[in-house]
Amino acid sequence: MYSEATRPILSCAAMTCEMDSVSGPLQILQDINFTLAPRRALGIVGESGAGKSMLVKAIMGIAPKGLKTMGRIELEGQDLLALKPRDRARLIGRKVGIVFQNPMTSLNPFVQIGRQIEEAGCIHMGLSKAEARSRAIELLSFVGLPDPEDCYDYYPHQFSGGMKQRIMIAAALICQPDLLIADEATTALDVTVQKEVLDLLQTIQAERQMSMILVSHNLGVVAGRTDEILVLYGGNVVEYGPTAEVFRNPRHRYTEALLSAMPAMDQPAHTRLRTIPGQPPNLANRPAGCPFAPRCPSAQAICHEVMPPMSAGIHPDHRFACHFPLAELPRPAQQEVAHVQ
Amino acid sequence: MSSDAILEVQNLSVSFTRAGKEMKAVDDVSFTVGAGETLGLVGESGSGKTTIGRALLRLLPSANTTAKGSVRYKGQDLITLPSEDMRRMRDRLQMIFQDPLSSFNPRRNVEDIVAEGLVIQGKPASERKTRVQSALADVGFDIDLVAGRKPHQFSGGQCQRIAIARSLAVEPELIVCDEPVASLDVSVQAQVINLLQDIRENRNLALIFISHDLAVVKNVSDRVAVLYMGRIVEIGTGPQIYTRPAHPYTRTLLEAVPVVDATRKIEPDGKRTVMPSRNRPQGGCAFRSRCPRATDICAQVVPTLQPAPGGQMVACHHPHDEPAPGMAA
Repeated sequence: MYSEATRPILSCAAMTCEMDSVSGPLQILQDINFTLAPRRALGIVGESGAGKSMLVKAIMGIAPKGLKTMGRIELEGQDLLALKPRDRARLIGRKVGIVFQNPMTSLNPFVQIGRQIEEAGCIHMGLSKAEARSRAIELLSFVGLPDPEDCYDYYPHQFSGGMKQRIMIAAALICQPDLLIADEATTALDVTVQKEVLDLLQTIQAERQMSMILVSHNLGVVAGRTDEILVLYGGNVVEYGPTAEVFRNPRHRYTEALLSAMPAMDQPAHTRLRTIPGQPPNLANRPAGCPFAPRCPSAQAICHEVMPPMSAGIHPDHRFACHFPLAELPRPAQQEVAHVQ
Repeated sequence: MSSDAILEVQNLSVSFTRAGKEMKAVDDVSFTVGAGETLGLVGESGSGKTTIGRALLRLLPSANTTAKGSVRYKGQDLITLPSEDMRRMRDRLQMIFQDPLSSFNPRRNVEDIVAEGLVIQGKPASERKTRVQSALADVGFDIDLVAGRKPHQFSGGQCQRIAIARSLAVEPELIVCDEPVASLDVSVQAQVINLLQDIRENRNLALIFISHDLAVVKNVSDRVAVLYMGRIVEIGTGPQIYTRPAHPYTRTLLEAVPVVDATRKIEPDGKRTVMPSRNRPQGGCAFRSRCPRATDICAQVVPTLQPAPGGQMVACHHPHDEPAPGMAA
């Protein structure tokens, strides 16, 4: 997957997150492993409760109190979990930008947006007032706001949802991060605006040579815009590989079920959708084996007892945790789906 | 269009007045819905989808709101119907909302929630019981297993099924579904969509299905109306709208849908939408500032719905007549 011998921007190894609750410890995330190389885009997908946001929060060190993170999270080679909270916050603030789902809960309604964009730059980069202002204005125009100098003095309520999300992106870029994380950043937006914001993120990623993580419940959002995807289910990685390869030939039965449950634009009206019976796993009372086994039509006795290890198919980077994976499809004649760097 | 329309909406306009300023949320909208037919309403936020749905059932706030035009249900005009008659009408016209939890009383039992409409109708207790039971069975619940439980004990998808049961209990002929699956996960969304389809077939129900998700609308609808800034810009059968969209706005919407396609590699374009102001509407076509095909006439004359080459109706001076690229029937 990583042809260049470069150090990954971010890597998680055997990362597990636990939280105490009245019904005993909750396993929020179990044994997460992935690496993100420079200038690559990773999609993290899953349904609600799969652990997408917790994974991002645990990496950023902004998880709710009481969440215990174990394992190893490395940001450009530095083990984040070994750092003191203060040093960790400094490092992350400088290197990682993040955009959340709802810009209104991230933006302070009483503060001019220009000042909010500058804030992190002044704290982490020690920018002077004048420097920060000119950089904020430059970023406002970069993310496509008209009349950036005037916009600097406006308040959040004076912008539409899509514009506020652009402002959040500008704020995430002020420290010139190496990694940009978009956590459901376009979920609340209309399709046309969603497309524009995704296009903008993609353009910025290429121009600034950053790495990017796109977190979404919508598989369509990450399709065609990421190099690799990580499919989460019940706090476990069930499938991980090159995006095009996973969509072309899903091997885990959950990924495949999720893809066929989506209404497709090329189906005629009233096509019956495939459903996934049952409920996502209860984190306090996890099944011993595969988390998807209780809902899986192909589950056998072993699936309920033994957690399937991550294994690879012919494509060595395409890995999945399933005892009875779906068949490998023959590759299309012209190797179009293989991603080109 | 179907000849046996049960609902006929003609020249419906809704405007809200705030601080002396008038905002037209729905502007001169006409359509019909036949028995057992599903009409999908799509559009971006602010296009008037929900306002139309609410106006049909007279659920709009009464203060500062004016609704004009006519909404005829089997010949009776709902807009001018006295409230007492409108209340009786509601056993034939029902609504399902996006967030079921906020439309339930959290302290009541499931069976009482489903029976609410029947109580209002004054049905005797014995009949209520059988109808609640059959409505719950229709959405896949066994009354003995769920009786006595409160809404918070159910998941989002289950709550939406209870909301569907509540509207089915009164045995309606038409249900307005306002974003019924928008807050559900993909796997649960499929269950609710299939369920709505089964019920529609078994009961010959007409549905008005409001959604921003074009793939969902394509799946459930017989006919589709595309709304932009309170007006219908294109209306026709599903295949007409999706394979041969005539309005540039419909095409813009369809192109923006994020589809799961392994071979797709998206090349970002730098386009940016500038939404025109609703309080100071520009003259002519409302879409012209975003339209790649706009010419002088678009600034002067408001386009009206005209037959398009594909057979649908389109409100555009320069409609497309070639099939949309990459759209299969």
